[in-house]
Order: sequence, then structure tokens, then C-alpha cells
Amino acid sequence: MRAPRPYWSPYLAGVGLGLVLLVTFVLTGHGIGVSGAVASVVSAGVDAVAPAHAAANDYFRAYTADPATDPIKNWLVIEVVGVLLGGLASAWLAGRVRPAVERGPRIGVSGRLLYAFAGGVVMGFGTRLARGCTSGLALTGGALLSVGAWVFMLAIFAAGYAVAPLVKRQWT
Amino acid sequence: MTALGTSLWIALAIGVGFGFFLERAGLGNSVKLAAQFYLRDLTVFKVMFSAIVTAMLGLFLLSTVGLVDLARLEVPGTFLWSQLIGGLVFGVGFVIGGYCPGTGCVALSSGRLDGVAVLVGMGVGVFGFGELFPWLRGLYTASAIGPATLPGLLGWPHAVVVGLVALVAFAGFVAAERIERQSAGPAEPE
Repeated sequence: MRAPRPYWSPYLAGVGLGLVLLVTFVLTGHGIGVSGAVASVVSAGVDAVAPAHAAANDYFRAYTADPATDPIKNWLVIEVVGVLLGGLASAWLAGRVRPAVERGPRIGVSGRLLYAFAGGVVMGFGTRLARGCTSGLALTGGALLSVGAWVFMLAIFAAGYAVAPLVKRQWT
Repeated sequence: MTALGTSLWIALAIGVGFGFFLERAGLGNSVKLAAQFYLRDLTVFKVMFSAIVTAMLGLFLLSTVGLVDLARLEVPGTFLWSQLIGGLVFGVGFVIGGYCPGTGCVALSSGRLDGVAVLVGMGVGVFGFGELFPWLRGLYTASAIGPATLPGLLGWPHAVVVGLVALVAFAGFVAAERIERQSAGPAEPE
């Protein structure tokens, strides 16, 4: 198998992301998001399995309401489908598509997957409390100089550095 | 075009661009992402801040020449407590899971099963938040100060804050390069 191509310079990729974000602002007036789309999908799932339960919950109901009342929610879901396709295109062109579990040398596959799942649960909760993730709040709001976005971003790095020594075994 | 509607085609195209550049930077690899927190590879910081500075300067230039009206852009609302605590919770989850939501998506796209696990976990976390929402509502809506911006908060001209953020980011890039040289150096691809 051919070796995958090297990654791009982070500055070049970052400027590319910034230009995509800029075009988004100009065309739509809002930014880019990912976690909102997850909330839409989860709420639709709750609504499909237990419609009465979803209707009784203010949070899920906000995501299952008539999309015409809040078109950005559908917009984000389609945008995330694009993120998946764009990631696939880039990885495929670079020869990086292959089933794998990325992990440090000192942890097994199942241990790493367990960490990944647990981290995802915690992070998913955090995105909803903060009303966004690194894309929808930190990047989008950061570029718009939103106070809450900068608070969120600094909090992410602070907590990440504080907890990193505890999970070092997983990564190094 | 008609089946999806123009704005949704735009959404799809923007997503493709976003996912493409995330993967190009190597952010579909959790080991590379996590290295940010051990100061071995500061790609996360470099990508984030070059993106923020590019979009911020772009908006500033376009508004200066009258092509964009900054007042019409949707600035995310500020809720100090929920965004501070949400950010702390997010940061803990990020360093444990190894991906943020967007990078988890491109990890999934390139076949990384740890990315799939993060996204499945995320769905569970979002569900849990929804279930607990009646008890979290107070924290969720506390300290709402609307679409507040740093220039507004500080009372400084917009251009000054834009310049300062760009300057701080640039100093951060210089520092990041130095830190990487001192530690093991950037993680090798794959």
C-alpha cells in the first residue's frame, strides 16, 4: 500500500477554513456548525421512538418543530452531510481512507474506543450547555468577536490542559 | 437544484469545503489532535486561529469597502455561565475522546472507528442533556447578555480589537513554532 500523502500546513488549511467561513457569513449571514445538527438528529430520533415524550420536552420539541419556523436547523444537517463528504474527498485524495482506530502506543483498541465513547458523551453534553461546539461557537463566534465564544474557547483549552495529564496513557 | 433548494445546496457545498480543509490539516487523526494538550503538536491551535483571523480580517475588509454589513451578521448570543461551564465540560470530553464534533465527522469519513465512537457518544450526551433540560434550564438561560462582542464589552473601536486579535494570534503562532521545536516536534502523519 502506498504511503499516505503528508498533511497540509496547518496555516494553509486554517486559511482555507477561514475563507469557507467568510463565504458562509457573506452568503447566509450566519456561520458554520456541527453540534446543532447532532441535536436535530437526536431530537428526530426521540420523536420517532417516543413522540409524546419528545413533545413534552421543551428541548427536543425545539428541534422537531416545523422546519419552516427555524430553517437554519435543516441547513446545518445538510452542511454536516457536506462535512462528511468533504472529509472523505480529502482523505481519499491523500490515500488516507482506511478502517483504523487512532490511539497511543500504550492503549488497546477496545480501551481507546471506550475512551472515545465516554469523551463523546461528555463533549456532547457540553455542546448543548454552551449552545455550540468548536465550529458553531468557537470558530464562528470567535471570528465575530462574540464574548461568549471567546469565553467558551478559553474554557476548552483550560479544561483540556488540566485534564490531559490524567489521560496521558491513552495518547503517548 | 429544486429538490433541495438553493440555500441547502449552498449548505452542502460549504460543508464539503469545511470537511475538506479539516481533513487536509490532519484533524481526522485523534492522536494529532490530542497532542495539542501535551504541547507536542499545536496543529489544533494553528488551524483554529488562522481560520478565525482569516474570517475576521476578511469580514473587516469587506465591511470597510461596504460589501458586508457587520450589523446584519448573526453574532452568537452570550450566556456567560453556561458557556463557561459548557466549555470546561467540552474541553474535558475533547481530551478524553480526541475529537471535537467536526473533526469526529472527518475521522468517520476516513474510516477512523474512534471517530465513530465519539459521534455515537456525542449523540448520547446530547440526549442526556435534553432529558435533564428541565433541571438545567436555569443554568442554560442564566447571565444572558445577548449578542455581546468584545469591542462592545471593552468599549474599544472594532478595528483596534480586530488588530489586537490578529496580533495575539500571530504571537501565538511564533510561540507555537518555538514550543514544537523544543518538544518532540509535530507528530508524523499516520
